[in-house]
Amino acid sequence: MLKKIFLGAIALGVIGALGFGVYAYKSPIDPITADQRDEFDPDTVEKGRILAAAGYCATCHTAADGPAYAGNYAMDTGFGIIYSTNLTPDVETGIGSYSPAAFRRAMHEGVDREGRHLFPAFPYDHFTKMTDEDVDAIYAYIMTEVEPVKTVQKENKLPFPLDQRFLQAGWKLLFADFGRYEPDTAHSDAWNRGAYLAEGLTHCGACHTPRNLLGAEKQSQQYAGAEIDRWSAPALTAANASAVPWTAAEFKTYLIEGTTTYHGVAAGPMGPVVHEGVRELPQSDMDALAIYLADKVGAADDDPARSDVVLTSLQRNQPDPQYRRDLGERLYATACASCHYNAEQIRQGRPDLGINSATNMEEPNNLIHVILDGVNGPEGISGVVMPGFRGALNNNEITAIAAYLRSNRAGKPDWPNLADTVADIRVNGPTAH
Amino acid sequence: MIKFQINGRDVSVDADPDTPLLWAIRDEVGLTGTKFGCGIGMCGACTVHVGGRATRSCITPLSDVAGTSVTTIEGLDEQSNHPVQEAWRNLRVPQCGYCQSGQIMQAAALLQDIPDPTDDDIDAVMTGNLCRCMTYPRIRQAVREAATAMTGAQDNG
Repeated sequence: MLKKIFLGAIALGVIGALGFGVYAYKSPIDPITADQRDEFDPDTVEKGRILAAAGYCATCHTAADGPAYAGNYAMDTGFGIIYSTNLTPDVETGIGSYSPAAFRRAMHEGVDREGRHLFPAFPYDHFTKMTDEDVDAIYAYIMTEVEPVKTVQKENKLPFPLDQRFLQAGWKLLFADFGRYEPDTAHSDAWNRGAYLAEGLTHCGACHTPRNLLGAEKQSQQYAGAEIDRWSAPALTAANASAVPWTAAEFKTYLIEGTTTYHGVAAGPMGPVVHEGVRELPQSDMDALAIYLADKVGAADDDPARSDVVLTSLQRNQPDPQYRRDLGERLYATACASCHYNAEQIRQGRPDLGINSATNMEEPNNLIHVILDGVNGPEGISGVVMPGFRGALNNNEITAIAAYLRSNRAGKPDWPNLADTVADIRVNGPTAH
Repeated sequence: MIKFQINGRDVSVDADPDTPLLWAIRDEVGLTGTKFGCGIGMCGACTVHVGGRATRSCITPLSDVAGTSVTTIEGLDEQSNHPVQEAWRNLRVPQCGYCQSGQIMQAAALLQDIPDPTDDDIDAVMTGNLCRCMTYPRIRQAVREAATAMTGAQDNG
């Protein structure tokens, strides 16, 4: 009897393994040479340029100071380091040998030309929603406009067995939901366009949706907020901690200008999303994204200018006759208030820290990052700089400013472990995405 | 090589990207109206405008201003007749004068955003600009006078 059960279990195991093998096996797609590539019309190439920007392909496929799209950008995934691959049309080390069909399979199914499963650091679980036409446009752009670069691919630093590519098929089986975007008829065309972009191309959920132990987005908690590179990607749901509710108009301004009057600036990993990404999309797409995001966050349409929360925050700007007793308040008055002060109304470009998202979130990370390293490069408002205070203020002083802002200006409960977080981010926080 | 505009003129500075903007302005571009005070962004003497906003140049790395437009005290007004500068002269605000270019740049930025500031507004924004000679009452008065001149000019035109 025992022997039968044992043999049965082995048989089931073998069948399962065979079945998995069949599922996991992906055949190679024949390579092409540069001469075999089609000519693309300029409109398609331009469309591809815009889509590639709005999908931030270059952000993850360009190493610091490396040539654009040539890969070897290090992503610390939490499981180990994965180096992005060379997306330039170089035939040997890039994707120059990819036919359009091979590129589509990579984008839609996460499988490379040779049939190997790609790691889900590449958000194919989002790109699978994109139409063939959009994917083909990105292909046309890369093959036409991106300079081929020969590279030596760096070896990923993943522990066994996570480095086994065939096992990625198991991850896909468990977590990936393949297929093009299906419109939701309960919503408007604009909303659906926004959803198509946000859930596919711009892959907002890759940072704003928390992940499970195996690194897959928890679909039941879409946009609930998550941590990325020691920054907090805020919730894009009703749980969003902003003092002033988001509106579609604020989302649109934020995604185009990198700042809004009532929330703050796009910094950290969000900086390139705006400045090297979505703002390239046409106005109608920006409207669509804003409508979709506003719906997700449950936005109101009220003008916040005279709301109680804004008036209270303005009131708290006024110098207290007793100020300068508290270290944080004293430092704020000296180092911050020259810009972060508003009188009768909040001016865009003078972020009001009482209502700023960074002071109202549950984690102090974003505020600490900005105090340490400022807002610069592809962050915040174009052409405007906030210098970092890394070399000017010590951890105790930064902690004091953050604690003052949290309790006196935002009027929220103290952040636990604030001092430790400051020390941690100073040493370990990446200064840029 | 880091390229930006200073007082409307294109400049390229060949220096370490971490060089504070202040030293690029003074030593590379050769404009010495902007002063070094504390070196940690706490005294305001080095204030210039980057993209029209008051910025402490001593803690701003050169790399941050690539592609931006910087204005120093020399470029605030071609004839040095910005309303804040006129008020400064009329009231003989400076004593030793070391902090004044930073004070003026900060005050000019203040009046762009808050055209009719109360004394509390002036105190809040100008607290980060220290004056060792303690000319604060005259600074505050000059800011008020410049505000009047600027809003008056707008009303007339």
